[in-house]
Amino acid sequence: MATTVTFSQEIGNLLHAAGGTPVSACMQCGTCSGTCPVGDFMDVRPQRLIRMIDAGFKDKVMATRAFWYCASCYQCTVRCPRGIDIAELMYGLKRYTIWKNQYPEDLIGPAFSETFVKNIVRTGRSYEPVLATSYFFTLGLKEMLSEAQNATMLMLKGRLPVLPARIKRLENFKRMIKRIIPIGD
Amino acid sequence: MTKKTFAYFPGCSLEKMAESYHLSTVEIARVMGMELKELEDWNCCGATAYFHVDELLAHTLCARNLAMAEKEGLDLVAPCSGCYKNMHACNAHLKKDHDLADHINFALEEDNLRYDGKIKVHHLIEVFSEDLKEVKAKATNPLTGLKVAPYYGCQILRPRKFEHENVEEPRYFEDLMTAIGATPVDFLLRLRCCGAALIITNRQAALSMVRNLLQNALDSGADVIATACPLCQVNLECYQDQVNAEFGTKYSVPVFYFTQLMGLSMGIPAKRLGIGTEFLSPPAAMLAACRKAAAV
Ligand code: SF4
Ligand code: SF4
Ligand code: SF4
Ligand code: SF4
Repeated sequence: MATTVTFSQEIGNLLHAAGGTPVSACMQCGTCSGTCPVGDFMDVRPQRLIRMIDAGFKDKVMATRAFWYCASCYQCTVRCPRGIDIAELMYGLKRYTIWKNQYPEDLIGPAFSETFVKNIVRTGRSYEPVLATSYFFTLGLKEMLSEAQNATMLMLKGRLPVLPARIKRLENFKRMIKRIIPIGD
Repeated sequence: MTKKTFAYFPGCSLEKMAESYHLSTVEIARVMGMELKELEDWNCCGATAYFHVDELLAHTLCARNLAMAEKEGLDLVAPCSGCYKNMHACNAHLKKDHDLADHINFALEEDNLRYDGKIKVHHLIEVFSEDLKEVKAKATNPLTGLKVAPYYGCQILRPRKFEHENVEEPRYFEDLMTAIGATPVDFLLRLRCCGAALIITNRQAALSMVRNLLQNALDSGADVIATACPLCQVNLECYQDQVNAEFGTKYSVPVFYFTQLMGLSMGIPAKRLGIGTEFLSPPAAMLAACRKAAAV
Protein backbone atom coordinates (compact mmCIF):
# COMPACT_ATOMS: atom_id res chain seq x y z
CA MET A 1 0.00 0.00 0.00
CA ALA A 2 1.37 3.38 -0.92
CA THR A 3 1.73 5.75 2.00
CA THR A 4 2.30 9.44 1.77
CA VAL A 5 4.86 10.83 4.16
CA THR A 6 3.55 13.85 6.05
CA PHE A 7 5.62 17.00 6.41
CA SER A 8 6.07 16.34 10.10
CA GLN A 9 7.37 12.82 9.34
CA GLU A 10 9.69 14.16 6.68
CA ILE A 11 11.19 16.61 9.16
CA GLY A 12 11.18 13.88 11.80
CA ASN A 13 13.34 11.80 9.51
CA LEU A 14 15.86 14.59 9.27
CA LEU A 15 16.09 14.43 13.05
CA HIS A 16 16.33 10.67 13.19
CA ALA A 17 19.38 10.90 11.00
CA ALA A 18 20.99 13.03 13.69
CA GLY A 19 19.81 10.67 16.42
CA GLY A 20 17.35 13.07 18.05
CA THR A 21 13.86 12.65 19.49
CA PRO A 22 11.00 13.34 17.03
CA VAL A 23 9.24 16.70 17.26
CA SER A 24 6.00 15.01 18.28
CA ALA A 25 7.58 14.49 21.73
CA CYS A 26 7.57 18.27 22.31
CA MET A 27 5.53 19.29 25.35
CA GLN A 28 5.52 22.99 24.42
CA CYS A 29 7.29 24.01 27.60
CA GLY A 30 8.92 27.01 25.94
CA THR A 31 12.43 26.38 27.26
CA CYS A 32 13.92 26.56 23.76
CA SER A 33 12.32 29.92 22.97
CA GLY A 34 13.22 31.31 26.37
CA THR A 35 16.83 30.31 26.09
CA CYS A 36 17.46 31.26 22.45
CA PRO A 37 19.81 34.25 22.14
CA VAL A 38 18.43 35.09 18.68
CA GLY A 39 14.78 34.72 19.63
CA ASP A 40 14.08 38.45 19.51
CA PHE A 41 15.14 38.53 15.87
CA MET A 42 13.22 35.50 14.69
CA ASP A 43 9.84 35.83 12.99
CA VAL A 44 8.80 32.59 14.70
CA ARG A 45 10.51 31.37 17.87
CA PRO A 46 11.68 27.75 18.18
CA GLN A 47 8.80 26.53 20.36
CA ARG A 48 6.20 27.76 17.88
CA LEU A 49 8.18 26.56 14.89
CA ILE A 50 8.15 23.07 16.37
CA ARG A 51 4.42 23.26 16.94
CA MET A 52 3.94 24.35 13.31
CA ILE A 53 5.99 21.41 12.04
CA ASP A 54 4.09 18.99 14.21
CA ALA A 55 0.82 20.38 12.89
CA GLY A 56 2.04 19.90 9.32
CA PHE A 57 1.96 23.58 8.32
CA LYS A 58 4.51 23.07 5.60
CA ASP A 59 3.99 26.27 3.62
CA LYS A 60 4.12 28.40 6.73
CA VAL A 61 7.28 26.70 7.95
CA MET A 62 8.96 27.07 4.57
CA ALA A 63 8.15 30.78 4.53
CA THR A 64 9.75 31.57 7.89
CA ARG A 65 13.26 32.91 8.26
CA ALA A 66 13.69 31.71 11.83
CA PHE A 67 15.94 28.76 11.08
CA TRP A 68 18.18 30.81 8.81
CA TYR A 69 18.71 33.12 11.78
CA CYS A 70 19.68 30.25 14.07
CA ALA A 71 23.31 30.64 15.17
CA SER A 72 23.71 26.91 15.93
CA CYS A 73 24.62 27.63 19.54
CA TYR A 74 22.92 24.44 20.82
CA GLN A 75 21.63 26.18 23.94
CA CYS A 76 18.10 24.92 23.20
CA THR A 77 19.36 21.41 22.48
CA VAL A 78 21.14 20.94 25.80
CA ARG A 79 18.16 22.31 27.74
CA CYS A 80 15.17 20.66 26.05
CA PRO A 81 13.58 18.39 28.68
CA ARG A 82 12.40 16.03 25.93
CA GLY A 83 15.80 15.59 24.31
CA ILE A 84 14.77 17.14 21.02
CA ASP A 85 17.85 18.28 19.11
CA ILE A 86 16.42 21.63 18.04
CA ALA A 87 19.70 23.01 16.71
CA GLU A 88 20.10 20.00 14.40
CA LEU A 89 16.49 20.46 13.39
CA MET A 90 17.33 24.02 12.32
CA TYR A 91 20.22 22.67 10.26
CA GLY A 92 17.85 20.12 8.77
CA LEU A 93 15.37 22.83 7.80
CA LYS A 94 18.12 24.87 6.15
CA ARG A 95 19.13 21.87 4.06
CA TYR A 96 15.50 21.12 3.30
CA THR A 97 14.82 24.60 1.92
CA ILE A 98 18.03 24.63 -0.13
CA TRP A 99 17.14 21.22 -1.49
CA LYS A 100 13.63 22.42 -2.39
CA ASN A 101 15.07 25.72 -3.58
CA GLN A 102 12.51 27.55 -1.49
CA TYR A 103 13.63 30.36 0.76
CA PRO A 104 12.97 34.10 0.95
CA GLU A 105 15.14 35.64 -1.75
CA ASP A 106 16.65 38.43 0.32
CA LEU A 107 18.25 36.05 2.82
CA ILE A 108 22.05 36.16 2.83
CA GLY A 109 22.46 32.81 4.59
CA PRO A 110 21.85 30.38 1.69
CA ALA A 111 24.13 32.20 -0.78
CA PHE A 112 26.80 32.56 1.87
CA SER A 113 26.76 28.86 2.70
CA GLU A 114 26.83 27.86 -0.95
CA THR A 115 29.82 30.09 -1.72
CA PHE A 116 31.62 28.69 1.28
CA VAL A 117 30.97 25.16 0.09
CA LYS A 118 32.08 25.82 -3.49
CA ASN A 119 35.28 27.24 -2.15
CA ILE A 120 36.08 24.19 -0.06
CA VAL A 121 35.32 21.79 -2.89
CA ARG A 122 37.64 23.76 -5.16
CA THR A 123 40.62 24.11 -2.80
CA GLY A 124 40.09 21.98 0.28
CA ARG A 125 40.38 25.12 2.40
CA SER A 126 38.28 28.18 3.03
CA TYR A 127 39.58 31.57 1.93
CA GLU A 128 38.25 34.55 3.81
CA PRO A 129 38.62 37.33 1.19
CA VAL A 130 36.68 35.29 -1.38
CA LEU A 131 33.96 34.87 1.16
CA ALA A 132 33.92 38.55 1.92
CA THR A 133 33.55 39.64 -1.69
CA SER A 134 30.89 37.07 -2.47
CA TYR A 135 28.46 38.47 0.04
CA PHE A 136 29.75 42.03 -0.12
CA PHE A 137 27.23 43.30 -2.65
CA THR A 138 24.30 41.75 -0.87
CA LEU A 139 24.97 43.99 2.12
CA GLY A 140 23.47 47.41 2.62
CA LEU A 141 25.70 50.46 2.12
CA LYS A 142 26.40 50.89 5.81
CA GLU A 143 27.44 47.27 6.28
CA MET A 144 29.47 47.42 3.09
CA LEU A 145 31.51 50.33 4.39
CA SER A 146 32.05 48.76 7.76
CA GLU A 147 33.16 45.49 6.14
CA ALA A 148 35.66 47.41 4.01
CA GLN A 149 36.90 49.19 7.12
CA ASN A 150 37.41 45.87 8.89
CA ALA A 151 39.17 44.35 5.90
CA THR A 152 41.57 47.30 5.73
CA MET A 153 42.30 47.01 9.43
CA LEU A 154 42.90 43.25 9.18
CA MET A 155 45.23 43.84 6.25
CA LEU A 156 47.20 46.50 8.13
CA LYS A 157 47.56 44.09 11.02
CA GLY A 158 48.78 41.36 8.68
CA ARG A 159 45.72 39.23 9.29
CA LEU A 160 44.50 38.75 5.71
CA PRO A 161 45.93 36.05 3.46
CA VAL A 162 47.25 37.20 0.09
CA LEU A 163 46.83 33.92 -1.72
CA PRO A 164 44.15 31.31 -1.23
CA ALA A 165 45.44 28.22 0.53
CA ARG A 166 44.92 24.84 -1.04
CA ILE A 167 45.60 21.32 0.07
CA LYS A 168 48.34 19.29 -1.61
CA ARG A 169 46.46 16.17 -2.63
CA LEU A 170 43.68 18.18 -4.24
CA GLU A 171 43.09 15.69 -7.07
CA ASN A 172 42.52 12.84 -4.62
CA PHE A 173 40.31 15.14 -2.57
CA LYS A 174 38.13 15.95 -5.57
CA ARG A 175 37.82 12.28 -6.51
CA MET A 176 36.88 11.56 -2.90
CA ILE A 177 34.05 14.07 -3.17
CA LYS A 178 32.88 12.50 -6.42
CA ARG A 179 32.46 9.17 -4.67
CA ILE A 180 29.94 10.86 -2.39
CA ILE A 181 28.26 13.00 -5.03
CA PRO A 182 28.83 11.26 -8.36
CA ILE A 183 28.87 14.10 -10.85
CA GLY A 184 30.93 14.81 -13.98
CA ASP A 185 33.53 17.54 -14.29
CA MET B 1 56.71 11.74 32.51
CA THR B 2 56.24 10.80 28.87
CA LYS B 3 55.86 13.59 26.41
CA LYS B 4 52.30 14.12 25.22
CA THR B 5 51.96 14.15 21.46
CA PHE B 6 48.90 15.19 19.47
CA ALA B 7 47.94 15.58 15.84
CA TYR B 8 47.33 19.32 15.58
CA PHE B 9 44.57 20.65 13.32
CA PRO B 10 45.01 24.44 13.10
CA GLY B 11 41.97 25.15 10.88
CA CYS B 12 41.64 27.80 8.17
CA SER B 13 41.28 30.80 10.48
CA LEU B 14 44.56 30.16 12.25
CA GLU B 15 46.53 30.34 9.02
CA LYS B 16 46.29 34.09 8.82
CA MET B 17 43.37 35.84 10.47
CA ALA B 18 44.06 34.23 13.83
CA GLU B 19 47.75 33.57 13.32
CA SER B 20 48.43 34.93 16.81
CA TYR B 21 46.40 32.02 18.22
CA HIS B 22 48.57 29.60 16.26
CA LEU B 23 51.87 31.24 17.23
CA SER B 24 51.01 31.40 20.91
CA THR B 25 49.78 27.80 20.87
CA VAL B 26 53.06 26.54 19.41
CA GLU B 27 55.05 28.56 21.96
CA ILE B 28 53.23 27.38 25.06
CA ALA B 29 53.11 23.76 23.87
CA ARG B 30 56.90 23.86 23.69
CA VAL B 31 57.21 25.19 27.24
CA MET B 32 54.68 22.62 28.47
CA GLY B 33 56.67 19.81 26.85
CA MET B 34 53.82 18.88 24.56
CA GLU B 35 54.36 17.93 20.95
CA LEU B 36 51.85 19.23 18.42
CA LYS B 37 52.43 17.59 15.06
CA GLU B 38 50.52 19.57 12.46
CA LEU B 39 48.26 17.23 10.54
CA GLU B 40 49.80 16.80 7.13
CA ASP B 41 47.57 18.14 4.30
CA TRP B 42 44.51 18.75 6.50
CA ASN B 43 41.38 20.14 4.83
CA CYS B 44 38.70 22.55 6.03
CA CYS B 45 36.22 20.90 8.37
CA GLY B 46 33.31 22.57 6.59
CA ALA B 47 32.43 25.02 9.38
CA THR B 48 28.68 25.45 9.79
CA ALA B 49 28.16 26.20 6.12
CA TYR B 50 28.72 22.70 4.85
CA PHE B 51 26.14 21.27 7.22
CA HIS B 52 23.65 23.75 5.78
CA VAL B 53 24.07 22.20 2.36
CA ASP B 54 24.99 18.53 2.57
CA GLU B 55 25.46 16.48 5.70
CA LEU B 56 27.11 13.43 4.15
CA LEU B 57 29.79 15.42 2.41
CA ALA B 58 30.32 17.51 5.53
CA HIS B 59 31.07 14.35 7.49
CA THR B 60 33.36 13.12 4.73
CA LEU B 61 35.45 16.29 4.98
CA CYS B 62 35.86 15.83 8.73
CA ALA B 63 36.53 12.12 8.36
CA ARG B 64 39.49 12.73 6.06
CA ASN B 65 41.18 14.66 8.88
CA LEU B 66 40.32 11.98 11.44
CA ALA B 67 41.76 9.30 9.14
CA MET B 68 45.04 11.19 8.73
CA ALA B 69 45.40 11.53 12.51
CA GLU B 70 44.60 7.86 13.00
CA LYS B 71 47.29 6.96 10.47
CA GLU B 72 49.78 8.77 12.72
CA GLY B 73 48.37 6.94 15.72
CA LEU B 74 47.56 10.23 17.45
CA ASP B 75 44.53 11.90 19.02
CA LEU B 76 43.46 15.09 17.31
CA VAL B 77 43.51 18.52 18.94
CA ALA B 78 41.79 21.59 17.48
CA PRO B 79 42.08 25.20 18.71
CA CYS B 80 38.93 26.40 16.86
CA SER B 81 35.69 25.57 18.66
CA GLY B 82 33.87 25.11 15.35
CA CYS B 83 36.43 22.63 14.04
CA TYR B 84 36.44 20.83 17.38
CA LYS B 85 32.67 20.49 17.46
CA ASN B 86 32.43 19.28 13.86
CA MET B 87 35.15 16.69 14.14
CA HIS B 88 34.00 15.53 17.54
CA ALA B 89 30.46 15.04 16.23
CA CYS B 90 31.69 13.31 13.09
CA ASN B 91 33.82 10.96 15.18
CA ALA B 92 30.83 10.04 17.36
CA HIS B 93 28.61 9.44 14.30
CA LEU B 94 31.17 7.24 12.58
CA LYS B 95 31.75 5.14 15.68
CA LYS B 96 28.02 4.54 16.01
CA ASP B 97 26.84 4.24 12.42
CA HIS B 98 28.76 1.57 10.53
CA ASP B 99 26.90 2.07 7.27
CA LEU B 100 27.88 5.71 7.30
CA ALA B 101 31.47 4.73 8.11
CA ASP B 102 31.53 2.23 5.22
CA HIS B 103 30.17 4.79 2.80
CA ILE B 104 32.71 7.38 3.85
CA ASN B 105 35.58 4.90 3.85
CA PHE B 106 34.69 4.06 0.26
CA ALA B 107 35.24 7.74 -0.60
CA LEU B 108 38.42 7.99 1.51
CA GLU B 109 39.98 5.21 -0.61
CA GLU B 110 40.55 7.84 -3.28
CA ASP B 111 43.10 9.43 -0.98
CA ASN B 112 44.45 6.08 0.25
CA LEU B 113 42.90 6.67 3.65
CA ARG B 114 40.55 4.79 5.93
CA TYR B 115 39.10 5.56 9.34
CA ASP B 116 38.43 2.90 11.95
CA GLY B 117 37.24 5.07 14.82
CA LYS B 118 40.34 4.63 16.94
CA ILE B 119 41.13 8.20 17.96
CA LYS B 120 39.71 10.92 20.19
CA VAL B 121 39.17 14.59 19.40
CA HIS B 122 40.07 17.30 21.93
CA HIS B 123 39.77 21.05 22.14
CA LEU B 124 43.08 22.78 22.78
CA ILE B 125 41.95 24.33 26.05
CA GLU B 126 41.05 20.89 27.37
CA VAL B 127 44.58 19.51 26.98
CA PHE B 128 46.12 22.42 28.87
CA SER B 129 43.42 22.46 31.57
CA GLU B 130 44.16 18.85 32.37
CA ASP B 131 47.58 19.76 33.69
CA LEU B 132 47.00 22.78 35.92
CA LYS B 133 49.89 21.91 38.20
CA GLU B 134 52.31 22.02 35.32
CA VAL B 135 50.78 25.28 34.02
CA LYS B 136 51.22 26.84 37.43
CA ALA B 137 54.82 25.66 37.68
CA LYS B 138 55.65 27.20 34.30
CA ALA B 139 53.91 30.51 35.01
CA THR B 140 57.02 32.27 36.28
CA ASN B 141 55.72 35.67 35.14
CA PRO B 142 52.20 35.52 36.66
CA LEU B 143 49.59 37.97 35.39
CA THR B 144 48.93 39.45 38.81
CA GLY B 145 46.12 41.97 38.91
CA LEU B 146 44.75 41.15 35.45
CA LYS B 147 40.99 40.71 35.57
CA VAL B 148 39.90 38.27 32.90
CA ALA B 149 36.43 37.45 31.60
CA PRO B 150 36.76 33.83 30.42
CA TYR B 151 34.55 33.44 27.38
CA TYR B 152 33.61 29.84 26.64
CA GLY B 153 31.14 30.60 23.86
CA CYS B 154 29.12 27.70 22.56
CA GLN B 155 30.71 24.93 20.61
CA ILE B 156 33.35 23.89 23.16
CA LEU B 157 30.55 22.85 25.47
CA ARG B 158 27.56 22.39 23.22
CA PRO B 159 26.21 20.10 22.08
CA ARG B 160 27.27 17.98 25.02
CA LYS B 161 30.31 15.89 24.04
CA PHE B 162 30.50 13.50 27.01
CA GLU B 163 27.62 12.13 28.98
CA HIS B 164 28.52 13.70 32.31
CA GLU B 165 30.02 16.88 30.99
CA ASN B 166 28.98 19.95 32.96
CA VAL B 167 27.65 22.17 30.18
CA GLU B 168 25.93 24.68 32.45
CA GLU B 169 28.55 25.38 35.14
CA PRO B 170 32.00 24.67 33.75
CA ARG B 171 35.02 25.94 35.71
CA TYR B 172 38.09 24.90 33.76
CA PHE B 173 38.62 28.21 31.95
CA GLU B 174 38.48 30.08 35.27
CA ASP B 175 40.85 27.57 36.86
CA LEU B 176 43.29 27.94 34.01
CA MET B 177 43.28 31.73 34.40
CA THR B 178 43.85 31.37 38.15
CA ALA B 179 46.77 29.04 37.47
CA ILE B 180 48.55 31.77 35.48
CA GLY B 181 48.08 34.30 38.27
CA ALA B 182 45.21 36.25 36.69
CA THR B 183 41.86 36.87 38.38
CA PRO B 184 38.84 35.39 36.59
CA VAL B 185 35.76 37.57 37.08
CA ASP B 186 32.18 36.32 37.35
CA PHE B 187 31.25 36.70 33.71
CA LEU B 188 27.55 35.88 33.63
CA LEU B 189 27.23 35.55 29.86
CA ARG B 190 30.37 33.44 29.44
CA LEU B 191 28.39 30.60 27.79
CA ARG B 192 26.18 32.84 25.66
CA CYS B 193 26.60 32.76 21.88
CA CYS B 194 28.33 35.67 20.11
CA GLY B 195 26.21 35.35 16.99
CA ALA B 196 28.68 33.33 14.92
CA ALA B 197 28.11 33.64 11.17
CA LEU B 198 25.10 35.89 11.80
CA ILE B 199 27.65 38.71 11.75
CA ILE B 200 27.42 38.24 7.99
CA THR B 201 23.98 36.76 7.48
CA ASN B 202 22.04 38.81 10.05
CA ARG B 203 24.20 41.77 11.07
CA GLN B 204 21.65 43.38 13.37
CA ALA B 205 21.10 40.30 15.48
CA ALA B 206 24.81 39.58 15.78
CA LEU B 207 25.76 43.14 16.75
CA SER B 208 23.19 43.15 19.50
CA MET B 209 24.52 39.81 20.79
CA VAL B 210 28.07 41.15 20.78
CA ARG B 211 26.95 44.29 22.58
CA ASN B 212 25.34 42.25 25.38
CA LEU B 213 28.56 40.32 25.86
CA LEU B 214 30.77 43.41 25.93
CA GLN B 215 28.48 45.17 28.38
CA ASN B 216 28.36 42.15 30.64
CA ALA B 217 32.14 41.76 30.57
CA LEU B 218 32.53 45.40 31.61
CA ASP B 219 29.87 45.06 34.31
CA SER B 220 31.79 42.14 35.73
CA GLY B 221 34.88 44.34 36.05
CA ALA B 222 37.02 42.65 33.39
CA ASP B 223 40.10 44.29 31.85
CA VAL B 224 40.16 41.79 29.04
CA ILE B 225 38.08 39.01 27.51
CA ALA B 226 39.86 35.69 26.94
CA THR B 227 38.65 33.44 24.13
CA ALA B 228 39.37 29.93 22.93
CA CYS B 229 38.03 30.29 19.38
CA PRO B 230 39.08 32.42 16.39
CA LEU B 231 35.49 33.25 15.46
CA CYS B 232 34.58 34.38 18.95
CA GLN B 233 37.70 36.55 18.89
CA VAL B 234 36.86 38.25 15.59
CA ASN B 235 33.21 38.81 16.43
CA LEU B 236 33.97 40.26 19.84
CA GLU B 237 36.98 42.36 18.93
CA CYS B 238 36.77 43.43 15.31
CA TYR B 239 33.13 44.53 15.34
CA GLN B 240 33.27 46.86 18.34
CA ASP B 241 33.32 49.93 16.06
CA GLN B 242 30.17 48.70 14.37
CA VAL B 243 28.53 48.00 17.72
CA ASN B 244 29.41 51.51 18.86
CA ALA B 245 28.01 53.04 15.66
CA GLU B 246 24.82 51.02 15.94
CA PHE B 247 24.08 51.59 19.61
CA GLY B 248 25.88 54.85 20.37
CA THR B 249 28.15 53.07 22.84
CA LYS B 250 31.89 53.53 23.47
CA TYR B 251 33.19 50.01 23.93
CA SER B 252 36.88 49.33 23.71
CA VAL B 253 37.34 45.96 25.36
CA PRO B 254 40.53 44.05 24.48
CA VAL B 255 40.02 40.43 23.46
CA PHE B 256 42.92 37.95 23.57
CA TYR B 257 43.39 34.21 23.16
CA PHE B 258 43.87 32.24 26.37
CA THR B 259 47.10 30.95 24.82
CA GLN B 260 48.48 34.49 24.54
CA LEU B 261 47.77 35.07 28.23
CA MET B 262 49.36 31.73 29.13
CA GLY B 263 52.39 32.56 27.01
CA LEU B 264 52.89 35.90 28.74
CA SER B 265 52.69 34.21 32.12
CA MET B 266 55.45 31.89 30.97
CA GLY B 267 57.66 34.84 30.17
CA ILE B 268 57.50 34.45 26.39
CA PRO B 269 58.08 37.78 24.60
CA ALA B 270 54.88 39.43 23.33
CA LYS B 271 55.92 39.42 19.69
CA ARG B 272 56.32 35.66 19.60
CA LEU B 273 52.75 35.37 20.90
CA GLY B 274 51.36 37.50 18.09
CA ILE B 275 50.60 40.35 20.49
CA GLY B 276 50.52 43.52 18.37
CA THR B 277 48.16 42.24 15.67
CA GLU B 278 45.01 43.03 17.65
CA PHE B 279 42.67 45.97 16.98
CA LEU B 280 42.50 47.04 20.63
CA SER B 281 45.68 47.26 22.68
CA PRO B 282 46.31 45.23 25.83
CA PRO B 283 45.29 46.62 29.26
CA ALA B 284 47.88 47.95 31.73
CA ALA B 285 48.33 44.73 33.72
CA MET B 286 49.07 42.86 30.49
CA LEU B 287 51.53 45.50 29.32
CA ALA B 288 53.41 45.20 32.60
CA ALA B 289 53.71 41.45 32.02
CA CYS B 290 54.84 42.13 28.43
CA ARG B 291 57.67 44.35 29.72
CA LYS B 292 58.78 41.74 32.20
CA ALA B 293 58.69 39.03 29.56
CA ALA B 294 60.86 41.15 27.25
CA ALA B 295 63.37 41.66 30.07
CA VAL B 296 63.86 37.94 30.70
S1 SF4 C 1 12.33 22.92 24.92
FE1 SF4 C 1 11.81 21.01 23.91
S2 SF4 C 1 9.89 20.35 24.80
FE2 SF4 C 1 10.18 22.51 25.36
S3 SF4 C 1 9.08 23.63 23.76
FE3 SF4 C 1 11.19 23.47 23.10
S4 SF4 C 1 11.25 21.62 21.86
FE4 SF4 C 1 9.36 21.56 23.02
S1 SF4 D 1 20.67 26.67 18.41
FE1 SF4 D 1 19.55 28.16 17.23
S2 SF4 D 1 17.45 27.95 17.92
FE2 SF4 D 1 18.72 26.95 19.43
S3 SF4 D 1 19.07 28.47 20.98
FE3 SF4 D 1 20.78 28.59 19.55
S4 SF4 D 1 20.21 30.12 18.05
FE4 SF4 D 1 18.36 29.55 19.16
S1 SF4 E 1 35.51 25.79 11.29
FE1 SF4 E 1 36.35 27.49 10.31
S2 SF4 E 1 38.43 27.49 10.87
FE2 SF4 E 1 37.68 25.54 11.35
S3 SF4 E 1 38.38 24.43 9.49
FE3 SF4 E 1 36.31 25.08 9.29
S4 SF4 E 1 36.35 26.95 8.18
FE4 SF4 E 1 38.33 26.47 8.89
S1 SF4 F 1 30.57 31.96 20.68
FE1 SF4 F 1 30.32 32.44 18.58
S2 SF4 F 1 32.16 31.86 17.47
FE2 SF4 F 1 32.23 31.05 19.52
S3 SF4 F 1 31.48 29.04 19.33
FE3 SF4 F 1 29.69 30.27 19.78
S4 SF4 F 1 28.91 30.96 17.91
FE4 SF4 F 1 30.92 30.12 17.51
